[in-house]
Amino acid sequence: MRIGVLLAVLLFTPLSIAQNLYQQLGEKEGIETVVEEMLYRVGGDDRIAHHFTDVDIMRVHKLISEQICDVSGGPCDYSGDDMKTSHRNMGVTNADFNALVEHLIAAMEKHDIPVSAQNQLLGLLAPMHGDIVEN
Amino acid sequence: MKMNIRDSLVYGSHSILAGVLLFSSATFADQGTRLLATGGASTLEGAGGGGIVPWATLSSYAGKGQFGATVNLSEVAVDDFRLSVQGASVSWNNRIELSYAEQTFDLSTIGGELSQSILGAKVRLAGDLIYGDLPQISVGAQHKKNNDYALPSAVGSQDDSSVDWYVSAAKAWLDGPFHRTWVANLTLRSSKANQLGLLGFGGDKENSRDWLTEASVAAFLNRYWAVGIEYRQKPDNLNFAEEQDWKDLFVAYFPNKHVSVVGAYTDLGSIAGLDDQTGWYLSVQAAF
Ligand code: HEM
Repeated sequence: MRIGVLLAVLLFTPLSIAQNLYQQLGEKEGIETVVEEMLYRVGGDDRIAHHFTDVDIMRVHKLISEQICDVSGGPCDYSGDDMKTSHRNMGVTNADFNALVEHLIAAMEKHDIPVSAQNQLLGLLAPMHGDIVEN
Repeated sequence: MKMNIRDSLVYGSHSILAGVLLFSSATFADQGTRLLATGGASTLEGAGGGGIVPWATLSSYAGKGQFGATVNLSEVAVDDFRLSVQGASVSWNNRIELSYAEQTFDLSTIGGELSQSILGAKVRLAGDLIYGDLPQISVGAQHKKNNDYALPSAVGSQDDSSVDWYVSAAKAWLDGPFHRTWVANLTLRSSKANQLGLLGFGGDKENSRDWLTEASVAAFLNRYWAVGIEYRQKPDNLNFAEEQDWKDLFVAYFPNKHVSVVGAYTDLGSIAGLDDQTGWYLSVQAAF
């Protein structure tokens, strides 16, 4: 039993235990790179690219990066609209939301964000599902 | 419009953005709109779930308006027995799952063979595995029918077919303990099945339905690998031999949305009077 517990702890303990989430995401620069990668992938995904047709993508990139910096404990104050207002009448579906999450995960994997940090960020963003998705 | 975003990203004034020009040739084939691993694996009884416990999740990755299907093969080899399962399922709309499984139980030591067919249906009533506060809640039924009834009848079974009913709740925590994604499922089943039904239904010791508790907990080490445990309470209806609860310790691999593989160490307790039946379990599923 004791060996089991020890094994579990070893398996699960992130190496970067001393860093907070903002640092694990690579601070401002790392976050901006991941968000850019995500939006780039979104742009190539016919399932959801249509939502961004007439959108100022540089602005969205800035705001999402700022928001992630903010919620991950970084020195930013998110200056955009709340999620309900900014996604209103867009008709974002559950499938769209999952597609974007897949691109975010792919972007984080590509930039070697540790799994523990990926999960923390996803855990912070997933509750926004209710405000963004309109079924 | 595809170039719209990408052009802006590449030619935008932003200094970091201007740097990226790697064209990842990502293609998005028609595939299920649910997240990886939310289709789970296939159980021994055909329904989507863990290995021995049906989960509230529906098999395949079919989301709203989509059809999905799976085919699966499972083998359990313990000291004196071997169970082979061939199964298939179809799901629609992340709402309903129909499944079919053929089980063959090889009585290696005693000699002979038992088999049954299981037709299953599962409906998601409420909630979502990942999003929102409610867990995903489903109800299901499994109609089981023995193909060879001579042995079950000889050891005291009362019927060669019966229906199991169950209700399941499943929930995922994206950022659970140790910052890993965890999934838990609890299933309550009403059943008369002896050893899944392979030894018939009801018995000379007890011939009424039992409410049985089944539970699974899994932790994802990363996006693709999970480890977990399962527990399944069993009825004890036959005088000739005691039936015991089942447990397993599993490792699951989800390399993509089309394949999953589960390996497990299983403890099936006493079966037909032969004690301490432990061994391994292997299951492979293809999803479309
Ligand atoms: C966790 C998921 C998401 C987060 C954190 C997020 C975050 C944001 C933020 C911060 C903005 C800028 C808000 C503002 O304009 O003040 C924004 C805008 C936008 N989002 Fe999302 N979003 C998410 C999911 C989605 C999804 C799934 C879609 C559609 C597929 C989507 C489509 C858009 C569009 C098109 C805009 C631009 C609106 C406009 O400027 O007119 N978002 N999002």
